[in-house]
Amino acid sequence: MTPEWSTIWLTLKLAAITTTVLLVIGTPLAWWLARSKHWLRQPVAAVVALPLVLPPTVLGFYLLLLMGPEGTVGQLTQWLGLGTLPFTFAGLVVASVLYSLPFTVQPLQNVFSTVNGRLLEVAATLRASPLDRFFTVVIPLARPGFLTAAVLTFAHTLGEFGVVLMIGGNIPGETRVLSVAIYDHVETLNYGQAHLLAGGMLAFSFLVLMTLYLINGRISERGLHS
Amino acid sequence: MVKTGFSMFRGLILALVLVPALATGAEARLAVAANFFATTQVLADLFRQTTEHSIVISYGSTGKLYAQIRQGAPFDVFMAADQWRPERLEALGLTEPDTRFTYAIGRLALWSPDPDAFSDPEAFLAGSFQRPLAIANPATAPYGLAAQQALTKLGLWQQLEAGLVRGESIAQTFQFVATGNARGGFIALTQLLTENRDGSVWRVPTDLHEPIIQQATLLERARDNPAALAWMTFLKSPEARAIIRSHGYDLTESL
Repeated sequence: MTPEWSTIWLTLKLAAITTTVLLVIGTPLAWWLARSKHWLRQPVAAVVALPLVLPPTVLGFYLLLLMGPEGTVGQLTQWLGLGTLPFTFAGLVVASVLYSLPFTVQPLQNVFSTVNGRLLEVAATLRASPLDRFFTVVIPLARPGFLTAAVLTFAHTLGEFGVVLMIGGNIPGETRVLSVAIYDHVETLNYGQAHLLAGGMLAFSFLVLMTLYLINGRISERGLHS
Repeated sequence: MVKTGFSMFRGLILALVLVPALATGAEARLAVAANFFATTQVLADLFRQTTEHSIVISYGSTGKLYAQIRQGAPFDVFMAADQWRPERLEALGLTEPDTRFTYAIGRLALWSPDPDAFSDPEAFLAGSFQRPLAIANPATAPYGLAAQQALTKLGLWQQLEAGLVRGESIAQTFQFVATGNARGGFIALTQLLTENRDGSVWRVPTDLHEPIIQQATLLERARDNPAALAWMTFLKSPEARAIIRSHGYDLTESL
């Protein structure tokens, strides 16, 4: 593979893994945020939203310290025999999961909070277990939310720059993702290559978002007519 | 009431027009290579004390600053970490002719904060790494290029290349090593001197790489900017040269 293709592949892989991990972690978290009355709900919601307001350099800086050999996370990963996370693909996944967290949790939280409680009560009287209720009632109703969460998380992770620049180390085939490659091309005045990657990214992002809006539009229309 | 309001307004306009005219100093914007950060701070303090001019400093990798200048960034002086990029700007007609000169010659160092990391630097480099070695990106940072040349000359580049982590600038490279995430790294000697760091240090012999000739040039828009001209003259003064030398740079004898 040429360096450009391996960069693109690496970036897609990072976005796909991050999205998968976040859907698994984010779904119960979003459900809890949407339905719980616990006093911790607002503080947790604030923590989840932090990556939206913090500069990526803040996250990158603290991750570099935390995951480094002197940091608490770094000590733990070393004790587990995993070595340290900065400059590794696994480290990028961890960083991306934190960085993209609100892009998964917030759409899910929104859609979960609109799920009608009566429907769940009815399902409960029909002896559906909580898990059963979640998979047969909530998930079908929340489909547009899942689609939005998945697409936003994927697209946002693709475009990640500050954090991966801080902790990635720009290693080809390992941590050199698309945004960093574009940055390098711009700095070395390699505008042709920069255009190729940046233009491709622009077109791809536009198509992904347009598809999302088309699909979600159709789902909500169907909802209105049924 | 109306009259007072009007005269206050007139006074404000007058003040806005007069204040810049009354201040004798001008302002220069410097684009400075990241490795020269600490040295520039010291130089700038002295410059501000001895002249009426003010300066505004932007730091970055030489490659980034160069790209910004080519796209019309409003800098007056470019202090690069290499010779090549100021020369290119000169060839493109973006600089004032005959203003380019060498203000410092950079010294490369291999550094690890661990005092026991190495006594034999070549063996340390050749040995396998649990944690990687950091260099500045050779494509954008001249210290990275010099590090690449040194490793090539030592016959280690092929072997180490895949595992190297590349800092965006020499400042980020330093940060990779200082936080312990890289086991060692090629940084600028000046960073160690100004940060007062110990550990294992190897001053990379200058015959292992092309000299890191750091050149400054006056950009075209600053032709008539007294602050920028004064800064260029100041850089060549014995006081400035003494500061530059004390920060771990070599200097050419003749200017």
